[in-house]
Amino acid sequence: MHGWIPIFAACASAFAQTATETPPDLAAGRKIFEAQCALCHGQTGTGGRGPSLNRPKLNKAADDDALRKVIFEGINPEMPGAWQLSKREVASVAAYVRSLGTVQPEPLAGDAARGASVYESKGCPGCHIASGKGQGIGPELTDIGARRNGAYLRKTLLKPTDSPPEGFLYVAAVTTSGETVRGIRVNEDSFTIQLKDSRGKFHSFRKAELKELRRLKQESPMPSFERSLSGAELDDIVAYLASLRGKS
Amino acid sequence: MSTCGARSQRAASRLVSTLVLISATALAQVPYERIVDASKDPGNWVTYSGNYLGHRYSPLTQLTPANVSGLRVKWAYQFPNRRTEVSPLVVDGVMYVTGPNTAAALDVRTGRELWTWKRPIPDDYRSIGFGHVSRGPAILDNQLFVATLDCYLVALDISSGAERWATKVEDYKTGYSMTLAPLAIRGKVVVGVSGGEAGIRGFVDAYDAKTGQRAWRFWTIPGPGEPGHESWPGETWKTGGGSTWVTGAYDPELNLIYWGVGNPGPDWNADSRPGDNLYTCSMVALDANTGALKWHFQFTPHDSHDWDSTHVPVLFDAEVRGRKRKLIASGNRNAFYYVLDRTSGEFVAGRAYAKQTWAKGLDDRGRPMVIPNTEPSEEGTMVWPNLNGATVWFSPAYSPMTNLFYIAVREIGAVYYKREAEYKPGTFFAGGGEGDIPNGEKSGAIRALAATTGEMRWEFPMHSAPWAGVLATAGGLVFSGSDEGNFFALDAKTGKPLWDFQTGGPIAANPVSFNVDGRQCVAIAADRVLYVFGL
Repeated sequence: MHGWIPIFAACASAFAQTATETPPDLAAGRKIFEAQCALCHGQTGTGGRGPSLNRPKLNKAADDDALRKVIFEGINPEMPGAWQLSKREVASVAAYVRSLGTVQPEPLAGDAARGASVYESKGCPGCHIASGKGQGIGPELTDIGARRNGAYLRKTLLKPTDSPPEGFLYVAAVTTSGETVRGIRVNEDSFTIQLKDSRGKFHSFRKAELKELRRLKQESPMPSFERSLSGAELDDIVAYLASLRGKS
Repeated sequence: MSTCGARSQRAASRLVSTLVLISATALAQVPYERIVDASKDPGNWVTYSGNYLGHRYSPLTQLTPANVSGLRVKWAYQFPNRRTEVSPLVVDGVMYVTGPNTAAALDVRTGRELWTWKRPIPDDYRSIGFGHVSRGPAILDNQLFVATLDCYLVALDISSGAERWATKVEDYKTGYSMTLAPLAIRGKVVVGVSGGEAGIRGFVDAYDAKTGQRAWRFWTIPGPGEPGHESWPGETWKTGGGSTWVTGAYDPELNLIYWGVGNPGPDWNADSRPGDNLYTCSMVALDANTGALKWHFQFTPHDSHDWDSTHVPVLFDAEVRGRKRKLIASGNRNAFYYVLDRTSGEFVAGRAYAKQTWAKGLDDRGRPMVIPNTEPSEEGTMVWPNLNGATVWFSPAYSPMTNLFYIAVREIGAVYYKREAEYKPGTFFAGGGEGDIPNGEKSGAIRALAATTGEMRWEFPMHSAPWAGVLATAGGLVFSGSDEGNFFALDAKTGKPLWDFQTGGPIAANPVSFNVDGRQCVAIAADRVLYVFGL
């Protein structure tokens, strides 16, 4: 194989199932799902880093053809495609994913309306935009409930460094004059790095001109809410975030 | 199929008084001897690797560590296609480039088109396992040779782009394709094919440069009665892969062609093909007159990770243990660097040049000592390197000034899966694949290896795994590019970064160097733009 695998042109049109083909094998689909998909979607589709699949309608897969296409091609950049699967295996995984849609989603103890107030009162809009409101320093949360399940959101609120977004890195750049700029990495190549600081200001550095570039893998500009939220507030804010499903 | 737009014609007529255009003469502009003596003609770049020896080395000395920081863009040219992998040729004031089923001649002073050519890609053509790319043309006498995705070899008149002949190499409907730059030698044009993920039976072909008639074919998967056939059980040889999709090298004195062979099929499910699966993942040395196999060396017997050995071979002579040897080196996708005797294929030296977890090392004959349970599995097997290997198709470079082998290295592991494999002509026949290692580190580097041993002399670490080749120059520089768009120059002796430029697009191509009006330039393609730099 030549690399960078844009093989989809060969196969993307091939997901329409015809009546004459072998029916999907749910057991085989489950086996593949548990080996390759469950890491993000949970062993029973409850979600995690990836969205919960315990619902009959999936945002990125309106019908079965679309679901098979998503499984094969992935969703760039969040979800890798399972291009290594045969057409029959893709169909089996899709059938198993559909079966997970009949599983009752996890119950959330909190109240989303109260959670919206907690979200405001704790200052979250100071860093996050949700439904067009707030500041864009941290990741946008408009559809966070469609991308993360409740347990994952709870974990992030309590320990943000344990579940950073894809590619997230907090860094400290020390200039030759001794100034330290801390910020979220927004881009990087072999010679330069671009940061966004806590006020949303961008900084650009040539690496060779920095005295030090520290990659703060165990740090995040987002504070832990472990001590600043009561148990009920935590339940409520998780319910609120889980209700954010994107623009209708 | 052949076009020469009015715009290009006007451009050509304006330039005709100032360019050194040889089109009016019947004399061969690039005879075979001129390619053999490429090192004496450093202002041009007349074959894919700059010379037949696979060096990707420019003897030009004007650009040096002292002045390279002054490089500026001279001009840029936009291709109709994205992510071009082209390595241009430059001959007497004209640059020749290709894209998927396209070719163009450009004024090397300005980048303006002199002629263009295209061949429609059939609606039912499918690239199985790769993109719509073309890595460059070949030139011989007064013809430019282009290998097309739909598996035709086409000869164009270099002064007009008019088609001289087009020969069908194989049937694209069964998965064959061509993405490589052909190799033009004395009277012949040599090509290889893509299709290792489609269950093809690979080959290397040579065609008569004047007529387009096939001169010989070497099948990379031996047929019944041929040596090596016993390494394929039953009928598996018919779908055994062994593609040949990267340009080889040529030794004019030995009259041998050296060509790398790709993975066996199906790629990741090797259950049906116990055995070494010759000549997949091998280097083959072929008689240039007949295509007869002189020797072979298999780097990865019974491969199940898609580690094609389709790399540009690097030929050089050096003293090994007190004896002058004719050598051939390969920085292999399987993460090992190999040095062989190019007269016999004898293993001389080898060692890992990147992280690998599949072999304990190489034995005395260079065969890998494979670690058990490293093959793909249903539940997934974690192995370094990933399927794209520690390096891939992009070229290494060799400098006779430093005796170093420069290679762009990818440091990525993968979880390999084994899946079903059912052969249907013209469809994906892979039997599995790979997934990312969760939170796995990915990085890249340019590394300089001692050519005769593979020992690392220096390393330039990169932000991510590269897709660009390396160019070395006699001025003491090494050029390469990054996936984030940096085109850069390093000190060839130390690896120290000296200059870089953000091109704005991922670089997945090989750099070349040549003169424009007697001044040294370097060129690189980045995404859909070709840049030419000079002082």
